[in-house]
Amino acid sequence: MKAIVCVKQVPDTAGKVAVKPDGTMDRSSMPTITNPDDLCALEAALTLKDQFGYRVIVLSMGPFSAAGMLREMKAMGADDAVLVSGREFGGSDTFATSQILAAAIRQIGLEDRDIVLCGRQAIDGDTAQVGPQIAEKLGLPQITYVSELKIDGSTVTCKRELEDGYMVLQAQTPCLLTCVKALNTPRYMTVRGILECDREPITVMDYACLAGDPLIDPSTIGLKGSPTNVFRSFSPPAGAPGRMLDGSPRDAVTELFAIFRAKHLV
Amino acid sequence: MILSEKHQTMRKLYRQFAETEFTDALLDALDKTGEFNWDIHRKMAQCGFLGVKIPTQYGGQGGDSLAYALMIEEFARVSPVLSIYANTSNSLGGGPLLMYGTEAQKQKYLIPAAKGEKIIAFALTEPGAGSDAGGIQTSASAEGDFFLLNGRKTFISGAPFADYAIVYARTDPTQSGGRGISMFMVDLGLPGVSRGRHEDKMGIRGYPTGDLVFEDVHVHKEDLIGPLHKGFAAAMKTLDAGRLGMAAQAVGIGQACLDESVKYAKERRQFGKPISDFQSIRFMLADMATELEAAREMVYAAALLHDAGSPETAKRCAMAKYFASEVCNRIAYKAVQIHGGYGYIRDYKVERLYRDARITTIYEGTSQVQQMVISSSLLR
Amino acid sequence: MNTFDNTQLDRFQGIWVFCEQREGQLMPTAFELLSEGRRLADELGTELCGVLLGDGITSEASRLGGYGADRVLVCNSPLLAHYTTDGYASVLCQLVEQQKPEALLLGATSLGKDLAPRCAARLHTGLCADCTQLHVDTQGYISFLQEASTLDTSRIPIQSGDRTLKMTRPAFGGHLMATIICPRFRPQMATVRPGVMKCAPFDPVRAASCTIEFPEFSLREQDIAVRVLNIVKQTREAVDLTGAKVVVSLGYGIRRDPETAIRLANELAAALGGVVGASRAAVDEGWLSSEHQVGQTGKTVRPKIYIALGISGAIQHRAGMQDSQVIVAVNKNPAAPIFAYADYGIAEDLFTVLPLMVEAAKKKTTEEELS
Repeated sequence: MKAIVCVKQVPDTAGKVAVKPDGTMDRSSMPTITNPDDLCALEAALTLKDQFGYRVIVLSMGPFSAAGMLREMKAMGADDAVLVSGREFGGSDTFATSQILAAAIRQIGLEDRDIVLCGRQAIDGDTAQVGPQIAEKLGLPQITYVSELKIDGSTVTCKRELEDGYMVLQAQTPCLLTCVKALNTPRYMTVRGILECDREPITVMDYACLAGDPLIDPSTIGLKGSPTNVFRSFSPPAGAPGRMLDGSPRDAVTELFAIFRAKHLV
Repeated sequence: MILSEKHQTMRKLYRQFAETEFTDALLDALDKTGEFNWDIHRKMAQCGFLGVKIPTQYGGQGGDSLAYALMIEEFARVSPVLSIYANTSNSLGGGPLLMYGTEAQKQKYLIPAAKGEKIIAFALTEPGAGSDAGGIQTSASAEGDFFLLNGRKTFISGAPFADYAIVYARTDPTQSGGRGISMFMVDLGLPGVSRGRHEDKMGIRGYPTGDLVFEDVHVHKEDLIGPLHKGFAAAMKTLDAGRLGMAAQAVGIGQACLDESVKYAKERRQFGKPISDFQSIRFMLADMATELEAAREMVYAAALLHDAGSPETAKRCAMAKYFASEVCNRIAYKAVQIHGGYGYIRDYKVERLYRDARITTIYEGTSQVQQMVISSSLLR
Repeated sequence: MNTFDNTQLDRFQGIWVFCEQREGQLMPTAFELLSEGRRLADELGTELCGVLLGDGITSEASRLGGYGADRVLVCNSPLLAHYTTDGYASVLCQLVEQQKPEALLLGATSLGKDLAPRCAARLHTGLCADCTQLHVDTQGYISFLQEASTLDTSRIPIQSGDRTLKMTRPAFGGHLMATIICPRFRPQMATVRPGVMKCAPFDPVRAASCTIEFPEFSLREQDIAVRVLNIVKQTREAVDLTGAKVVVSLGYGIRRDPETAIRLANELAAALGGVVGASRAAVDEGWLSSEHQVGQTGKTVRPKIYIALGISGAIQHRAGMQDSQVIVAVNKNPAAPIFAYADYGIAEDLFTVLPLMVEAAKKKTTEEELS
């Protein structure tokens, strides 16, 4: 029984976001974090490990520097970590990314009782597409927006969030779930875990390693294999700044309400 | 010092934990009531923080002194008092057991302390024996399988709620000063133990401190830790590690003061511009940051020397504690100064930090005691 | 192996809109997308087709014509009564393969975002998530860039006859906008944020001329791997942000004492006849429910007065409130980005300003009552 958790290292968009003059993101100047929803997926997997003895494998596609994130996940309790990395994979959109991750999951091996867990979406793109696309490539049933999870043998029952309520859905393993924050609170690493995984290697899968999979073809992966392209990216112009109301807070508020009245807003 | 990846990851963990769990509401409650908060204690225990420096075979995490110092620093950066929650078991409480305890004593006392199931206080100070720790009056006289413990310990952190205390008592009344003192593990539930009132402290509020009084307490001989009559040297050795922790705490408090000051200086406007535009403020910030960095380097270096068993350990730990705590107070002073009147108001973080900072040059050896340790090692 | 060849671009014609319904009720996004799809279809000189999946749903189809659909494809089946990824993806992909539309739009609802990627992966085409702007006409796109970006538009080549759908969306938490294209495969797919596209008025003439078709499809019970055990509607505390005249919004700046800030904001909103909104940060912290969220991933509001308290004003927030008549920002940090687009700014602690605002607003109300 395995739980394969797909995770992504993302720029921390909550902090200062640096945009280069040409309108692209200056990733190098931004701190990276583990995508928050992915930590919920990992927590769900670790809970399955605690309850039923699942083996937890974290899987990420990214540069070698993502190994640090994977080690942190081992320090939380993951058993194995796989990093898919290679120049051929660079520039992949969600379609191409899902091809690569699906091939990696096949390489790891997916058995009857296994489950694939993803975060609902990543904060850099907010697309929520990679999970369902992996499921399609692997022919797995998918349940997205999972906020409660129960597993009984090979039967998976989930509460699936809707804007105006929820659905209760049931699938058989192997299947793929995407997790929302309401599902759980991710645990912390432990110091012991950090020390134990300090020198342990991370499995790296490169292009050659995955090339045998029919999903991996130069025409379906990387920048060239991505169906979508970025045509233009830009940051909105700064609008004309308004007026600062100076003076004591009381004066400022008084002036503000005078303006409201003058403009017949209240 | 460039930290290894594992120590960087630990720092990240400590910071994450502190920033998430040490909420403003919790910090306010601790300061207001002065009461111990069991929830956060249990949460720290669950995450293994109470046994960071205790070996894994005794229920700990197996970290080194640097892992411990980083934890205290990061915790103190968000809450000086909560850094104490994770401190005792790793230093003054667990340290003597680890260094001098028998296997049975470690099994009985160290494991529950590492897991946070039991709390051990460190009882050395007496009304008449503060900096002059050798002036201990508490006595323990042998009687069959027991020692009869009598005396009073004062300013004992955790005394109001601890399960056990490591108590230093004179076992050989014919000797004076540091000689003839032994170390005992005392179950505070034993008949004859009473706890004094909980002191109303200036800072570090939320970790109650008080007296422990022993009247004919029967302590079993099995609870003597280390060699008879030679407990004082052990106490002094334990204090090395304790000083390291308190030095790290001072660095954490200093960092918090600096962070708050930088933030405030950018926000606060006077004379039509942010006060950070004024050289008088900028230079204060530069001094704070520079001194803080020097203190931090001293603490980390002392941690490595300690683990390497360097003969310099006692001196370097004393230096780190002395320098970091004095620096911490200078930084806290400047932080309040930069905040002006607001720094004197409870709503602002630096007000509490200023009060918390004050104890760092006093507890676990005053600055003057550190100077004595440093100078005597020079003049030996 | 799939024999569907979607690289022969000129064989694909028409704009399709997936018209989402839940329990037989059409979602507002269906009408918004049809209104937008109509504009795109006119630019391309092609047809607009609505796709409606459900059980006994035919009666809803003609309404779709009133919002611009030339044609509606209706698929009825008990297996389509409730949304399932497998059932809906199977039927929608079958229709696409049969009829070959050049673009397929879906609402970026939680179900749309479940269905669209599954279909895009199956059809081997590109999908752009959470679009807020769609353009075909290059001139129109350039006009949009001139208004919404700092790009030098003179350097963008105008290609006549360009039928590419330019799909613009926020990225990196809204700090950046990106225009995505899908040049090599069809259909070009996009999910579109609900509430962003303006809904056209219902046109009864168009409704009457709309054709309704019942295309063939195959769907068996065993094709659906996920079972729906239950669907629960939850009545959440209704916050009518979209229609509010005054919105008092709270951000991360309330962290020192969220409870007090929320209480005071409620008082201020009540006194001004408005509602309380929130930034994504405040919702993520759990201080306010997502019903209150304003911004790219929340609701788009256009009140007379928008008061932002302790909100730094990232672009993602701005996207949801920039059309407000008057924007007031209160933030301790005078360098907060929100001051760059607020009409009036107060660079003070919200905990100082908010009580004064409540006082002023209440005074105002009392004066009105007396006069």
